[in-house]
Amino acid sequence: MLEFINQVLKIWKEYAPALWDGTITTLTIAIIGTLVGLGIGLVIGIYKTIPISPKDNIIKRVSYKIVDFILSAYIEIIRSTPMMVQAMLFYYGIAMVFNIQLNILLSGLIIVSVNTGAYMSEIVRGGIISIDHGQYEAAHSIGMTHTQTMSKIVLPQAIRNIMPSIGNEFIINIKDSCVLSVIGVTELFYVSKYAAGATFHYFETFSITLIYYFVLCFTITKILRYLEKRMDGPDSYTIMGSQTAPEAVIHVNTANHGKGE
Amino acid sequence: MSDTVIQIKNLKKVFGEREVLTDINFDVHKGEVVCIIGSSGSGKSTLLRCINLLETPTSGQILYHNQNILESKQASHQYCAKVGMVFQQFNLFNNLTVLENCVIGPVSVLKKPRNEAVETAMHYLEQVGMAQFVNAKPKQLSGGQKQRVAIARALAMEPDALLFDEPTSALDPEMVGEVLKVMKNLAEAGLTMLVVTHEMAFARDVANRIVFMDKGIILEDDTPEEIFNNPKNERTKAFLSRAMG
Repeated sequence: MLEFINQVLKIWKEYAPALWDGTITTLTIAIIGTLVGLGIGLVIGIYKTIPISPKDNIIKRVSYKIVDFILSAYIEIIRSTPMMVQAMLFYYGIAMVFNIQLNILLSGLIIVSVNTGAYMSEIVRGGIISIDHGQYEAAHSIGMTHTQTMSKIVLPQAIRNIMPSIGNEFIINIKDSCVLSVIGVTELFYVSKYAAGATFHYFETFSITLIYYFVLCFTITKILRYLEKRMDGPDSYTIMGSQTAPEAVIHVNTANHGKGE
Repeated sequence: MSDTVIQIKNLKKVFGEREVLTDINFDVHKGEVVCIIGSSGSGKSTLLRCINLLETPTSGQILYHNQNILESKQASHQYCAKVGMVFQQFNLFNNLTVLENCVIGPVSVLKKPRNEAVETAMHYLEQVGMAQFVNAKPKQLSGGQKQRVAIARALAMEPDALLFDEPTSALDPEMVGEVLKVMKNLAEAGLTMLVVTHEMAFARDVANRIVFMDKGIILEDDTPEEIFNNPKNERTKAFLSRAMG
């Protein structure tokens, strides 16, 4: 046991800088991938919930359908194939077709973003359609346009509601970015494999890796939970000013409406 | 009678095979309080939702100051800003505070300067007795309080007319009173109101006119005295005897 701990510490001392670099790469991919993915998801989710009525003109309806089909194809293809395969196909495909060697980290970022975007689209769509229809009706009743309703009323509520799912995607991205090691992205898993191969101490090395991943994910879960709490605002409210009773006499803008009789 | 605010002509609404409204004709004059009564499923709410364009009428006309608002999108948007609605389920914006609920419409739709909108909003919140709750979120309020905020939100748009869709039906009996009191005050202040309600006492005391609907048609349209004391239609008599107990 003592020997195991000594070995772990020895490897950790030697490879700490490399593991740190790997952690930073993993985090970068997870953060940027989740944010860009969320951006893609918002655009698609919002697009998919645009109300189209049979009374709109034919060009609008047909072009909507075409774009909608492309977006659905994107979502289904990405969700139904492994990210590892997508990574191989994308990285080596670009190299073959365009005869350019894309930066490996950039490739990794694109793959994770596009992948996350497909899942986020469905998460955002779910968030939007879960908002009570009464919110739309109330917005309509004060004359708000669809764009105003979405940006000021529906999306703020939808995004708050999907925060746990966004957090989930973020955590998944931290862990799943390890599949990018197949194209040589030097993230945490890649570095660990290198260290293990060099020392022949696989068990010890990956024990360290495990702790790294756990600390990363656990800390981020806590941070996200805190952010959610902050978004909700205070649980209580302050009472302002005097206590006016509802019995007070009401004065409406009588310029518009005098008594009818 | 003074000028007509809303005029409904030959309005018809069909959901699939089912004809919910058949040839509705009536109008609302300035300063008038019109109550629509009738049993559930008679089409009262659908009529109100058609008037506020939450449902698109199958055929017919809705004239607002003699302009048909079903003709252009432009006209219908301006109309929506001018004819407010109070819902059975309140429908306050859950992500906004009480004050913001009343400010967002005037600022984003009427393009009012913010400080002016806040002032107007405070004015109406005070009148419905909710001024001290400006910082509260809807989920922190009781049903009656929510409904009073919803009325203030509609008033903050300085509407020409207000539509009420069973505003007290989702409230427990203790809270019905506070909302009806506010509505009564509004009626006395001369606001044009169209109210779908099951509160017969309110209809009798406050309305200038009562419309009785049954199976998608208007059976009677008369003064409260006539409707309550001297109903002409058998259906009206039957409904009233049950509703008044």
